[in-house]
Amino acid sequence: MEQAPRDPERQLQPAPLEPLGHPDAGLQAAVSEEAEGARDEGSGEGTMTENNFWLKKIEINVSEAEKRTGRNAMNMQETYTAYLIETRSVEHTDGQSVLTDSLWRRYSEFELLRNYLLVYYPHIVVPPLPEKRAEFVWHKLSADNMDPDFVERRRIGLENFLLRVASHPILCRDKIFYLFLTQEGNWKETVNETGFQLKADSRLKALNATFRVKNPDKRFTELKHYSDELQSVISHLLRVRARVADRLYGVYKVHGNYGRVFSEWSAIEKEMGDGLQSAGHHMDVYASSIDDILEDEEHYADQLKEYLFYAEALRAVCRKHELMQYDLEMAAQDLASKKQQCEELATGTVRTFSLKGMTTKLFGQETPEQREARIKVLEEQISEGEQQLKSKNLEGREFVKNAWADIERFKEQKNRDLKEALISYAVMQISMCKKGIQVWTNAKECFSKM
Amino acid sequence: MEGERLASQARSSGLPAGGATGESPGVDAPLLGSSGSSALLQAEVLDLDEDEDDLEVFSKDASLMDMNSFSPMMPTSPLSMINQVKFEDEPDLKDLFITVDEPESHVTTIETFITYRIITKTSRGEFDSSEFEVRRRYQDFLWLKGKLEEAHPTLIIPPLPEKFIVKGMVERFNDDFIETRRKALQKFLNRIADHPTLTFNEDFKVFLTAQAWELSSHKKQGPGLLSRMGQTVRAVALSMRGVKSRPEEFMEMNNFIEIFSQKINLIDKISQRIYKEEREYSDEMKEYGPIHVLWSASEEDLVDSLRGVARCLDQCCKATEKRMSGLSEALLPAVHEYVLYSEMVMGVMKRRDQIQAELDSKVEALTYKKADTDLLIEEIGKLEDKVECANNALKADWERWKHNMQNDIKSAFTDMAEENIHYYEQEQIVDFLQLQND
Repeated sequence: MEQAPRDPERQLQPAPLEPLGHPDAGLQAAVSEEAEGARDEGSGEGTMTENNFWLKKIEINVSEAEKRTGRNAMNMQETYTAYLIETRSVEHTDGQSVLTDSLWRRYSEFELLRNYLLVYYPHIVVPPLPEKRAEFVWHKLSADNMDPDFVERRRIGLENFLLRVASHPILCRDKIFYLFLTQEGNWKETVNETGFQLKADSRLKALNATFRVKNPDKRFTELKHYSDELQSVISHLLRVRARVADRLYGVYKVHGNYGRVFSEWSAIEKEMGDGLQSAGHHMDVYASSIDDILEDEEHYADQLKEYLFYAEALRAVCRKHELMQYDLEMAAQDLASKKQQCEELATGTVRTFSLKGMTTKLFGQETPEQREARIKVLEEQISEGEQQLKSKNLEGREFVKNAWADIERFKEQKNRDLKEALISYAVMQISMCKKGIQVWTNAKECFSKM
Repeated sequence: MEGERLASQARSSGLPAGGATGESPGVDAPLLGSSGSSALLQAEVLDLDEDEDDLEVFSKDASLMDMNSFSPMMPTSPLSMINQVKFEDEPDLKDLFITVDEPESHVTTIETFITYRIITKTSRGEFDSSEFEVRRRYQDFLWLKGKLEEAHPTLIIPPLPEKFIVKGMVERFNDDFIETRRKALQKFLNRIADHPTLTFNEDFKVFLTAQAWELSSHKKQGPGLLSRMGQTVRAVALSMRGVKSRPEEFMEMNNFIEIFSQKINLIDKISQRIYKEEREYSDEMKEYGPIHVLWSASEEDLVDSLRGVARCLDQCCKATEKRMSGLSEALLPAVHEYVLYSEMVMGVMKRRDQIQAELDSKVEALTYKKADTDLLIEEIGKLEDKVECANNALKADWERWKHNMQNDIKSAFTDMAEENIHYYEQEQIVDFLQLQND
């Protein structure tokens, strides 16, 4: 992701950031610094003056998963899994941690939290949730959401999500996030009361809608392109990995059959019997070793999946920028046409088409008073429009500035994480080889003693 | 008589069982130290050998030359090299070297068939020359096997590869099929050459040495097809009786071979399946590496790591291919041969039972019919000899076969384990290098 040269037409003006539509958030534009110190900006529900929560280091664990039944919105019985979230604050002095909060949440509540964050922090690459349904499964892996292995991996994924949010310099300060961790009952109502769903731009949901932006920001275009590539390549990789896992599983498991047959055969052999029997045992060991190996690999796949979903989050930021840019251009266009209309009315020349103009031509001239009135209206509109354009411009610039800051942060995180994942993959492979060497060395010894 | 022949050969060679082919000296041979002092063995052979002209051939160098010169087409996989090295220790054991190669397609108006070139190198006096080259087709091998079975009904004749394989064969003459068959045919002839009795069979000699027209005319001699068919019908009837009066040791043999046959068949299937799974694994792996290279194109900072992983995976692919070829060259043919062998042995058991049954029916006739007593007694006498010979031949050959089987299975699986160890070691090295780069 290279930085394209700044568009010379845009003037940079520093201004405090305001998340879309929420006047009380009172967050500071902390670009890429870690959260520091107590926050006491502003007043009202957006801040956390009441507590020193963020002064201390916190630990978040999604420690348990539990199957539950309940009634859903349509009063039908349903089964779902609830996850226990435990928050601990760590004392600076002795490193001991104290349990401060513990509550149960289900996946849909996590989704709600994330959707809220997406709306209120459109310039942030919001960490993704673990997959809703099991994908990229290979035959042994269950696609069932209630399967214990899936639930376990989801538990880890949810914990990871919370940790990502908690360690994000901006997101960690959000009150709704804080309440998610601390207020079990009523949290859903609190979120809904923010009215974020109304603020969510429905146009974002129209996936295929393209907006003709006249002056697209090259950097965002490149970023979007990158996120598409990332998504495509990781999907492909995960698909092939799943197939490879499937095949590897087959190779290992068929060897297990040797175990059984060798054992049966050893019954009729005098000299070969012992060798066959013990070799057979090693074949069983070999066959069963693949289960652990592939379980570890599944964690590696989950690490890649996170970045697959992160690609979507990246694209979401690009989309929002695109929309902003579009709105800006539309507003500018609208203003320009109004100005022109005004000018024409004032000077009497008709260059632009207007319905009023046409009807005037067809049905007779309007009175000077009528014209005056119209000019006045237009002037008011123009003045309003200029204000709006100014603030939209400001918004846009702030968005770009903050978005790029977060994107840089994200880029570094991604490089670190992926490199680590690739290394851990190599380590896994080495461990698999070690096991293989050991088993076959043992088997060889048994065979040679036959 | 066959029993005598075996014993006399054992005395003349006076050599132990050792060596790659695991030849058993038969019933009464003194057992010298196994792979011990080859110099001593050589001296023994030189002393005992009658034909002075053959002395040269028993020197190590000459036999080495023989081995290297006769097989440009011999598979040079490490495993077969090991086998050749074993021959070095006891060159005097083997005086007949056979290779089967150069499959060629022949098209006539009636049919299409494949012939194989058979090269024989020998130092034996009874052969007119020391080197022979002939072309034979599968039918000829079938003929040879039939003749051997006829001449030695209770010896374990080595198996021939199947006429055609039902599963997975698209055309009869596909390359893999021909190659597998070629290897099996070579094994077949060498097994006969290594067998203490069969190696001196006249039809075997004709097979190795006669030109095409000579072979045809030779084939026409001997009992015709009809008489052989008649024998089969009688044989089936008799085999039912034979089972009841089977002596204890042959009961044991029978039980063994039945269970062995089951198990070796299963192992054959398992091994084929493993090969198939490895092939599919390898195919998927071929796609896995390149994706990482593709990815590295859009990631500046991860290029090295990604390309490193790609390299690893490609190496892994190569290692898998090698592992697979180890299987298909060594383990699979070895196991499959014993699948066919077990069928042969079961046939031999039946034939022994038939011979016994013949005797038993005559004995029964004697107790009931008083007529032709003298004739019957004479016949019974002959049959008793026949039974005794058959039993001895089988017993001796059984021991030899079992011993061979043990060695062959042991070495096939040991080598397979070795291949697997090597495979994982290779992979491990590559992965370590990858880690170091990071």
